[in-house]
Amino acid sequence: MTQHWMERRPMERRQVLTFVGALAAAGIVVPRAAFANWDKAAFEAKTLDDALKALGAGSPANSGDVQIVASDIAENGAVVPIQAVSKLPNTERIAILVEKNPNMLAAAYDIGPDTVPDVTARIKMGQTSNVLVVVKADGKFYSAAKEIKVTLGGCGG
Amino acid sequence: MDRVSMGIAAFLAVVAAFATAAYAQKDKAQEGIEAYREALQDGNPAELYEATGEELWKKPAGPKNATLEACDLGLGAGVVKGAYARLPRYFADTDKVQDLESRLLTCMSTLQGIDTKPYVEAAFGTPPKEDMNALAAFVSGQSKDIPAAVTPTHPKEQAMYELGKRMFFYQGGPYDFACATCHGQEGMRIRMQELPYISSNKGAAAGWTSWPAYRVSSGQMWSMQWRLNDCFRQQRFPEPVYASDATVALSMYMAANALGATMKTPGIKR
Amino acid sequence: MGNPMKIRAASKDGVTEIKVLMSHEMETGQRKDASGAVVPAWFINEVTAKLDGKTVLQAQWGPSVSKNPYLAFKVKGGKAGDKVSVTWVDNKGDTRTDEATVT
Repeated sequence: MTQHWMERRPMERRQVLTFVGALAAAGIVVPRAAFANWDKAAFEAKTLDDALKALGAGSPANSGDVQIVASDIAENGAVVPIQAVSKLPNTERIAILVEKNPNMLAAAYDIGPDTVPDVTARIKMGQTSNVLVVVKADGKFYSAAKEIKVTLGGCGG
Repeated sequence: MDRVSMGIAAFLAVVAAFATAAYAQKDKAQEGIEAYREALQDGNPAELYEATGEELWKKPAGPKNATLEACDLGLGAGVVKGAYARLPRYFADTDKVQDLESRLLTCMSTLQGIDTKPYVEAAFGTPPKEDMNALAAFVSGQSKDIPAAVTPTHPKEQAMYELGKRMFFYQGGPYDFACATCHGQEGMRIRMQELPYISSNKGAAAGWTSWPAYRVSSGQMWSMQWRLNDCFRQQRFPEPVYASDATVALSMYMAANALGATMKTPGIKR
Repeated sequence: MGNPMKIRAASKDGVTEIKVLMSHEMETGQRKDASGAVVPAWFINEVTAKLDGKTVLQAQWGPSVSKNPYLAFKVKGGKAGDKVSVTWVDNKGDTRTDEATVT
């Protein structure tokens, strides 16, 4: 199995980032497009506030232009389809969080300039919970929330 | 009835009563469940198993180092398209009525020289039996959008149907359950799960056209044999032998009752 | 290396819709096996999608993404015949790339 270059010794990664940082300062490279470093702080946050803080979102403004298209009830929490849509211009990032999951941040998408800010994912929900979609547009953060009930179907299997 | 089966009967009665009393709420919840199921349809992980099944179909295996491509599933050697919609059926070469998995075992044995005992004895979802789920996904997928066309005409097919029907109503096990206890009338449900009325065309179709299916709750691909095995387990019946006549009989009962319904296999379930 | 993904891409009215089904256990690291031992976390943590050689979507995933993940999104532009490639990397460093042609 090939080892992904990002998994190598941290020293190398810091060296690379510093180099890119220098290029960025010189206006040559835009780091966001070049790398997608796994956001450990955000994914391993222990509270929703910490996850939002790690995403740089702080207290996102509630917005009707951020839409969550999902059924009100999931027949099983193992697979819950969520469509996260942003109607805000210059949407750069869409994140999906599940408030009551031990791992709150489920996914974060970097939206390319030609990509429609409309992504569908399937996430695990441990129990009935609010699902949050946080959008970064024009450098500012917005969000929407929807409660999704999780049932146990059949004989509980 | 002993205390436990009384308790269960009481539970089912309460559930049925609650469902009637809370009809308006049930509608909204039911709509939600239906929307959820609808959203799951696109992008069914069963497709990943279909691809694996197709590889297994075409891969030389066993002492004879042969593929399954000459296997006759009822429509002629190697014809996979539409075959699942016509199973179970009578096969002259084995002089038996066989369902898909029983027939796959026959082909694995005769064409590939494989000893099928490990496949019969292994637990579902473990090697080598797990291969059967992929093969079932592949073959059943080749009957997608084709109407179920099982009509027992051969005397052995008719006998198998009658056996299946008798088994369906046969009460046994510590809870005195029959298949019919859950699936023998309209409007039954366990929690949010409607239980199809399998003696009716519509109810049989609901079950028969959607298995094999990917179970999202366990992330596993379930063949029809696995689904039947789990029904026996839920009834606290002794475990049926994989691909035995008992299991083929029940499949025959369901398939024949589902006549004309469009196959949607492989399905996706909670 | 992992098992092959299923990628479907179709172009219509100037928008290309891309749907991907990936084969991966997506273990959360919260589950215990039959012997009581914790099943280690094993999940895709990065996904990159390219259309016609250009990166159109990059995703970071956590273990809350479902097993055998499904991803769907749309790109403005693109046409039949263009190549779509999707790459995933998991937390063990394993990676897989699959391609498809837009219809």
